[in-house]
Amino acid sequence: MAPSTAFRVTTTLLMACASVCTSNPIWAHGFAGKRFFPATLVIDDPFVADELSLPTISYLKSPANGDEPATKETDFSADISKRITDNFGFGVGAVYKQLEPDGGERQRGFDNVGVSLKYQFFKNDEREAIASVGLDVDLGGAGSKRVGAESFSTFTPALFFGKGFGDLPAEMKFLRPFAITGQLGVSIPSSSSSATVSEDGDVSVDQHPNFLQWGFTFQYSLIYLQSFVQDMGWREPFNRLIPVVEVPLTTGLNRGASGTTGTVNPGLIWSGQYFQIAAEAQIPINVKSGSGVGWIVQLHFYLDDLFPQSIGRPIFGN
Amino acid sequence: MYRRLVLLAACLLSIASVASAHAFLDHATPAVGSSVHGSPGQVKLWFTQHLEAAFSSAQVLDRSGKRVDKADAHVDPGDPALLVVTLPPLQPGTYRVTWRVLSVDTHVTEGDFNFDVVP
Repeated sequence: MAPSTAFRVTTTLLMACASVCTSNPIWAHGFAGKRFFPATLVIDDPFVADELSLPTISYLKSPANGDEPATKETDFSADISKRITDNFGFGVGAVYKQLEPDGGERQRGFDNVGVSLKYQFFKNDEREAIASVGLDVDLGGAGSKRVGAESFSTFTPALFFGKGFGDLPAEMKFLRPFAITGQLGVSIPSSSSSATVSEDGDVSVDQHPNFLQWGFTFQYSLIYLQSFVQDMGWREPFNRLIPVVEVPLTTGLNRGASGTTGTVNPGLIWSGQYFQIAAEAQIPINVKSGSGVGWIVQLHFYLDDLFPQSIGRPIFGN
Repeated sequence: MYRRLVLLAACLLSIASVASAHAFLDHATPAVGSSVHGSPGQVKLWFTQHLEAAFSSAQVLDRSGKRVDKADAHVDPGDPALLVVTLPPLQPGTYRVTWRVLSVDTHVTEGDFNFDVVP
C-alpha cells in the first residue's frame, strides 16, 4: 500500500460526510437483541458495521527461527469497515510495520493491503446470537518486501459467530453478561510455492502452506451487568468496561507447516457512545509464537453513531 | 503520515461532541435487579441519549407476564433522556420492566430488567 492510503481514507470519510439524509430507525453496531458486542482487536467481529479502527498499535517479539534472528515487530494499523446493505459490508485495512531484528538493521514499510467482504446471515435477538461469513483477501505485491510482504495473494474465507448468555436462567444471572465470539477460516495462497534464484545460481523453493485461522474471545460486559442484571452502583468509566480475553490461533495444514501458534490476550475494552478504547497483553502460547509478552492497543470509532445520517448508514437500504 | 492520522482522529472526536448515538440505559428507579420496600409509584428509566417520545415505550409485567403498569409511558418533558411509566399499587413479588426506545438520531435499543417488591 502506498503511504498516501491514510490520506485517501481521510478524504473519503470527509467527502462522505456530505451524503444524503434519511430517517428510518436503524440498529447497526454489534447488537443481537439487547446484547452489544464490542469490536475486538484481533478476532474479527461476527457482524457488519460502519466502524473505523485508527490506530491499532501492537508489539510482539518473535523468536529466532533458523537463520532468521529474533525480531521485535511493531505494527501501526488502520481498518475501516462499511455497510453496503444492512447485512453486507466491506472492509479495507493497512499495516505499517517496523521490524527490529537482533543485531540487524531496522526495517520499515507497509504490509500488503487487506480487503474483505462480509455477510451477516443469522441473528437471533432472543438468544443473543449472531453469525456471518466473509472473505478476506491479502493483496500480494502491494506491500514492501523489506518487511516481509508476500508477492502472492492470500484468500481467507471464514465463519464468524457471537453468542451472549443473557438467556441463562435467573439462578445464573451473574453469568448473563458473558459472551463469546469466534472465527474459523482457512487461508489459501494464490500460489502453492515460489522459487528464488541466488546470485550463485542456486534455486530455492519456498512452500506457501494453507493455514487454519481460528480463535475465540471471552467477554464479560459490565454494561450488560449494570443495565439488565444488577445495578452495582458503578458509574463512568467502570460501567462501560468489558473485560475480554482474545485467543487468536493459527494452525499449519500442509506443505511443511504444522503445529499451532498464537497468543492469549487478556485486556479491557472501554466502550463509549462514539468510540471505544482497548488494550490487551499478548501472551504467546508456546515458544514458536513469540518471545516475551507483547501488547496491543486500539482506538475504534463507531461511524454509525458519529455520522448517523451519512456514512454511518448502509449505502443501500435502511 | 502520523500527522494525517492524528488529524483524522481529532476531526472525528470533534464531530463526536455534537453527534448522537445509541441510547443505553444509564440507571433506573427502582434500580436494575433491586428490591424495594413497598410499591413504587413509578418506574423511571434514564438513558444516555435523548429519546424520540413517539417511538419510545416501557412496560412493567408481573411474574405471569401480565402487564401491570398504567400504560402511560412517556418521555419527561423536562428531561428528554428520561422515560417514565406510572404504576398502580403492586403486591410483593418480582416484576419485569421492558423498554424499547428510539434515540433522536434514529438508533433503536431495547432491554429489560427485574426488580422485587418486598413488604
